[in-house]
Amino acid sequence: MAGQTPLQTPSQTIGPFFNFALPFDSGPYIVPDGTEGAIRIVGRVTDGAGEPVPDALIETWQADAQGGFGVSAGFRGYGRCPTDADGGFHFLTVKPGPVAGRAPHIDVILFARGLLLHLVTRLYFPDEEEANAADPVLSAVDPERRATLVAHKDGDTLRFDIRLQGEHETVFFDA
Amino acid sequence: MPNSAHPPLDWPDYKSNRLRHPTKPLVPLPAAMDDLTMPVLGEDRIGAFDADLTRQHAGEPIGERIIVTGRVVDGTGRPVRNQLIEIWQANSCGRYIQKNDQHPAPLDPNFTGFGRCLTDDDGGYRFVTIKPGAYPWRNHHNAWRPAHIHFSLFGTAFTHRLITQMYFPGDPLFPYDPIYNSIQDEKARERLISNFDFDTTVPEWALGFTFDIVLGGSQATPMED
Repeated sequence: MAGQTPLQTPSQTIGPFFNFALPFDSGPYIVPDGTEGAIRIVGRVTDGAGEPVPDALIETWQADAQGGFGVSAGFRGYGRCPTDADGGFHFLTVKPGPVAGRAPHIDVILFARGLLLHLVTRLYFPDEEEANAADPVLSAVDPERRATLVAHKDGDTLRFDIRLQGEHETVFFDA
Repeated sequence: MPNSAHPPLDWPDYKSNRLRHPTKPLVPLPAAMDDLTMPVLGEDRIGAFDADLTRQHAGEPIGERIIVTGRVVDGTGRPVRNQLIEIWQANSCGRYIQKNDQHPAPLDPNFTGFGRCLTDDDGGYRFVTIKPGAYPWRNHHNAWRPAHIHFSLFGTAFTHRLITQMYFPGDPLFPYDPIYNSIQDEKARERLISNFDFDTTVPEWALGFTFDIVLGGSQATPMED
């Protein structure tokens, strides 16, 4: 096979039986509990009938508070949380610092039984209106659908619901 | 998604896909935006027996002991080094340890079915496990999944993230499985079938299978001359 371009290994579904294997206790904690300025993100995954999706796995990637990528003390850059019986998930993190020309955001990957290839979406922050308006990815999205990518404030938490189908279907990216 | 190695988003033969696949077209993510470097998950998370699924309990699990090994490379053929691989699977009777698996086959007190390791400097990995059994599911009448091991992989970029399934050569269930057959390109589909390998096989101990993985590779199978 020398000289040939390596061919992509195809994706298959995560299936229904990953909860005994993939989740780990500190998965939802991109920063440890008690970190100053930490933000709690909560959300719910629902299907085309509006029913909760109790067997999804959500993963996140993001820059640290200074805009850097990678692992540093007290910051992992990567989060993993399975959905619960009500489709709910949560993360504890900090808002990513500025990266030139981009609004602060968190990359989100969703795996679930029923999905043969994972979905990619993004979480933007509601208090960054100016940066969001200038963000090249967010501003390329149909204005009527942009709101699905912006979390909203819900008391002390940020809420980011993911709708796989139906009214207000979340925008997913081809990455 | 024409010429994709991956299955389509919308694949109604797999019943639970119907209410879960996005109905609106995916929005392209500009190339410059998808270059996030993947943080390496700490080595401290890997335990001594994590890559040997036959040694995680007091006794040995029942089943056909196998070795599964291979290399993970990127789209240019370079090894994907020091990245986490996780595998999970049913036991030799086709039952997962997870509580909501209702298949009336026995659980094995000596088998969990979860393993993990980091790739070495050549992108190589090696697991010792037992061959998983086929199992029934309720997708359609008399539906059975071919024996498979789930693989979760991290590449060198966020966009290389992959979860897939490794199959075994010659499985008679392939023609009937909507998950395996969701991959439109037959050649791509066959890349998920491991190879039986005498060089990996350890005499009087375990059969060897090889399964190489490409992350961020070319999507289209080249046309044959």
